[in-house]
Amino acid sequence: MELFVFVVAAAMVLGGAVGVILRSHPVHAALSLVLTLFGVAVLFVAQEANFLAAVQVIVYSGAIVVLFLFVIMLLGVDKVEDLKIEPFKIQRPAAVAVGAGLLSLISLAILVSRDATPPTVVPSDAVQAALDGAHDSNIRAIARDVFGDHVLAFELTSVLLVIAVVATVLLARKPRKGEKT
Amino acid sequence: MTAAVAVTTTWYLLLAAMLFVIGVVGVMVRRNPLILFMCIELMLNAVNLTFVALARRMGDIGGQSTVFFVMVVAAAEVVVGLGIIVAILRRKPGATTDDLSELKG
Repeated sequence: MELFVFVVAAAMVLGGAVGVILRSHPVHAALSLVLTLFGVAVLFVAQEANFLAAVQVIVYSGAIVVLFLFVIMLLGVDKVEDLKIEPFKIQRPAAVAVGAGLLSLISLAILVSRDATPPTVVPSDAVQAALDGAHDSNIRAIARDVFGDHVLAFELTSVLLVIAVVATVLLARKPRKGEKT
Repeated sequence: MTAAVAVTTTWYLLLAAMLFVIGVVGVMVRRNPLILFMCIELMLNAVNLTFVALARRMGDIGGQSTVFFVMVVAAAEVVVGLGIIVAILRRKPGATTDDLSELKG
């Protein structure tokens, strides 16, 4: 059963990813991205990361892809891009070669370290207590970890989000007359 | 075939590696700035998948917390990046990455 879920989800992930880079229409590419993100969410569930799967669907598939589609429609760039145009003849073969090399290097590293014993990590008491609880233990454990051990990082992300919002408003604003941009 | 093959962490890591490489190739090949952003999302998702797989293997919830923060930062990055793309494409409609080699003016 786990194998079946993995194979189907992996096919979703890889098919969507290939669709993103091969589809010439930006809207189709964005929809392929949704397929990939759903596949990753399925894999999260398969690895008992239930909270992250929910966040993945809501934030990525919900917010980010909608934002992409919104920008595509707003700018009117939803035209078919001619993939035949290739300014540098060497670019695509070189990209594929670099990709193949990178993939073989990473795979080699993964396969070499496959049998290595991972260092033991002792969870803090609060996280361990949350993990021991049977009901919703994943969400409880993440909450204990984020709001306990990493509360400073959590607060800093709120600062980051405020900065991002202000910066985006400033970027998207049309300059007034006589004002230098 | 049933129950004979167990899905191990290595499988997830190899899948994440493939996803990451597809994202890298996409960034190198495509010329539409929006597609480039989607490829960056692919790479971020590959890294997230790696984090979750290793968090499960090591029995440590810290990996999942990291993925949570990565998602927040990715959302902020997309917002700012799309803002920049909107500002550029408003000035030069239909610009590809080749047209953006000089950003001045």
